[in-house]
Amino acid sequence: MGHSHCSSACRFRFCALAFKAAVLIQRWYRRYVARLEMRRRCTWRIFQSIEYACEQDQIKLHNFFSYLMDRFTPSSSKERKLPHAFCRYAELEKYCDYESMEVPDSYVGPRLSFPLLPDHATALLEAFKQKQQLHARYVLNLLHETRKHLKQLPNISHVSTCYSEEVTVCGDLHGQLDDLFLIFYKNGLPSPSKTYVFNGDFVDRGKQSLEILIVLFTFLLVYPNEVHLNRGNHEDHMVNLRYGFTKEVMQKYKVHGRKILKMIQNVFCWLPLATLIDEKVLIIHGGISDTTDLDMLEKIQRHKFISVLRGKKRKESNRNVEIQEINGEDKAQASPAEQDGAASACPQSRAAQAPSMANRLEFSRWVRQTVQEQIERCRRLVDVSESEEEELTYSSLVSMTDLDAPESFRSLQILDILWSDPMPQEGCRENTVRGGGCYFGPDVTEKILKKYSLQFLIRSHECKQEGYEFCHNRKVLTIFSASNYYEIGSNRGAYVKLGPDLVPHFVQYQANKTAHTLTMTQRISRVEESAFRALREKLFAHTSALSSAFKAYDKEGRITLSTWATAVESVLRLGLPWRMLRPQLVRSAADGTLEYQSWLEDLAMEQRSREHIQSGLLEVIYRNRSNLETIFRIIDRDHSGLISFEEFHQTWKLFSSHMNIELTDDGISDLVRSIDFNKDGNIDFNEFLEAFRLVKQSTPAARAKPPRSHDANRI
Amino acid sequence: ENEKTDSEYNTVAEIEKKITEAFEVFDHECNQTVDVREIGSIVRSLGCYPTEAQLHELLAEVEEEEPTGYIHLQKFLPVMTRVLVERSYQPTPEDVLLHAFEALDVNKCGYLTKEELVKYMTEEGEPFTQEEMEDMLSAALDPETNTMRYKDYITLMIVDDV
Repeated sequence: MGHSHCSSACRFRFCALAFKAAVLIQRWYRRYVARLEMRRRCTWRIFQSIEYACEQDQIKLHNFFSYLMDRFTPSSSKERKLPHAFCRYAELEKYCDYESMEVPDSYVGPRLSFPLLPDHATALLEAFKQKQQLHARYVLNLLHETRKHLKQLPNISHVSTCYSEEVTVCGDLHGQLDDLFLIFYKNGLPSPSKTYVFNGDFVDRGKQSLEILIVLFTFLLVYPNEVHLNRGNHEDHMVNLRYGFTKEVMQKYKVHGRKILKMIQNVFCWLPLATLIDEKVLIIHGGISDTTDLDMLEKIQRHKFISVLRGKKRKESNRNVEIQEINGEDKAQASPAEQDGAASACPQSRAAQAPSMANRLEFSRWVRQTVQEQIERCRRLVDVSESEEEELTYSSLVSMTDLDAPESFRSLQILDILWSDPMPQEGCRENTVRGGGCYFGPDVTEKILKKYSLQFLIRSHECKQEGYEFCHNRKVLTIFSASNYYEIGSNRGAYVKLGPDLVPHFVQYQANKTAHTLTMTQRISRVEESAFRALREKLFAHTSALSSAFKAYDKEGRITLSTWATAVESVLRLGLPWRMLRPQLVRSAADGTLEYQSWLEDLAMEQRSREHIQSGLLEVIYRNRSNLETIFRIIDRDHSGLISFEEFHQTWKLFSSHMNIELTDDGISDLVRSIDFNKDGNIDFNEFLEAFRLVKQSTPAARAKPPRSHDANRI
Repeated sequence: ENEKTDSEYNTVAEIEKKITEAFEVFDHECNQTVDVREIGSIVRSLGCYPTEAQLHELLAEVEEEEPTGYIHLQKFLPVMTRVLVERSYQPTPEDVLLHAFEALDVNKCGYLTKEELVKYMTEEGEPFTQEEMEDMLSAALDPETNTMRYKDYITLMIVDDV
């Protein structure tokens, strides 16, 4: 080779060799790429299953929460005085009054005056880029004005491409302000020549949900004809309690947070439900069902549905479901029909009204009694209804309002619009994964399109790797605008532009420079690492269940890898390809067996190294820490951060009995005692949870890890 | 004797489970079918190193009489099980891979230029598609010198190959 006078035989030999060499290299390379592809899909599956498994918890918790909401009246200590009902807007105004708030001279953030001007909007964007915070006074003022504006809007916004040549539709943002900045940078700000539709889920999970709301509401008021907002399932205070928005607001606005939250609640319920472009493209956040009725949706009093929860399990054929309208801290005293504010249908006639909070001792005693009663009921119901679904058991404990059929049907309409997901199979069935809405098939889509002469649907609600995805024969488009949703590099965000021809044009992006500089392999590795960390955490949280499952197959402390996969799926029920994932989770002996006890211990060590608390209790708390947090926030209705030790203890008992968790009375007592709390028997649970988090982060190893790790329960 | 048959049975059953799992990762409609274009990924991620020609042979066995563009698990499972049991499509050892690169490196400089790499990969053997070529270049090429140090690249491909 390399001789200038290579003989033809030599050349021929080289050609043959080059061919063989090429085939070899190509073979290797293709196998490498396939392996990467498999890893990428598995990682995606991990994140999705964990995310939806959390939402599954919501099914159980929804009813429990509504029970709590119903039961616990506000504390009566002076600053904590909350009016019982916002039957009239005037009362809401009085409570969330901002005019008396003084803005100190030292405040350097933007100062808003109404009516808002484009300059205010750009000033706000600039301020948020500089990480400034808008003064509570302006936040409240903005919210009041937004509410006023939204009230006059119909349930379904109508947009026409003849006025605005192009319409840009954005999907879920979930508090990721950087993505919104990126969209504005690439696509331009809203303006008389730039129409935007934002399709819900502006808040929760990401850490700048409030900033996003402020920006969107500001543009809404500045350009009311060009900015359209749809409500998403996360524009709901019940969901916010769980997924971080409530916490974000309280952390950023320690004094006025409550007012802001209250106001937001009354803004969310006024968000329109859908948008129609040229009467041909329907934009809703979640999806549709086989009973979706646009005419009815147009007429519904949308503001009455603050939070739509599920009562009894709906049957396939019979959709007469009793839905409870939850109204947060309010109990309507007058008939809700003509009222402006949040309406509640909670019956007042329920026995054992909670005593006033003036006497904490009395309250504690009452809590204890009620808790005991409930635990007894739990037990009785479990005995009686063994054959029935779990959900029926829980929902029976909820104070069910006897809503008339039309009322519950209307409620269902909104529920379906906000929570449904498309599925490939035909038909329409309950969305058991989310606990609300349906799975709707291509036939359902086809019917709706035909019925209302539509061309296609645009929805969001589901994270897509490329930021968008078609299904149902390109009749349903999912658009998702929160890039790197699970982890840096996990997915792109996208927005879609429609001109008069209604042909969609997509723009994709990833709001993190790091993601761009990484190669495909590096990106996949990084996301994968994060996914597996989350998965190992989940495995750890089920240690005792796993241990029992393994023992059943046990032969001297060892099980086969095949058994491992079967057992793990039976416990975790995440529907993951465990055999594919096994190499990253388990190191097995040469004979293909696993010593499961030491594997479980290794898992524990990874988690325990961050904690001082005993592992048994740790496991239970781990699994439920975000649920616990949510419950605390409900109990602590005035968001003061304090609940009594009694309340904490009883709530835990109630919660654990609802969720069929073993009661660990002593464990809880020890745990609580090991944390400093006021000698008057109050727990500053913010500090408690914070301490829990800090301990977790305090190890050097943890600090070295990338800051943004996927935590299925993260905010 | 019994023990041996037991473990053999377990192995086949286990193999079938593995195949089904891998298959289902690509089964988007949850109806036991995958797009025919994904079969390559499935077969390879199960540890096999077929050439494109071998893959086509396999496809011929699992396709429907009237090709629909979809492969059904029912047909795929027995064929793939046989492949794994018989350990077909095994990789050649790493040093052979190195020799392959060295054979193409006529000047023996320890690297291939971008032009050389593109020429061999898109004109020889079972040519790459443009996408495949771009992907390989993005990871393998040193942007400053526009060359691929193949020894380093091999380590990347090997280490990652669990």
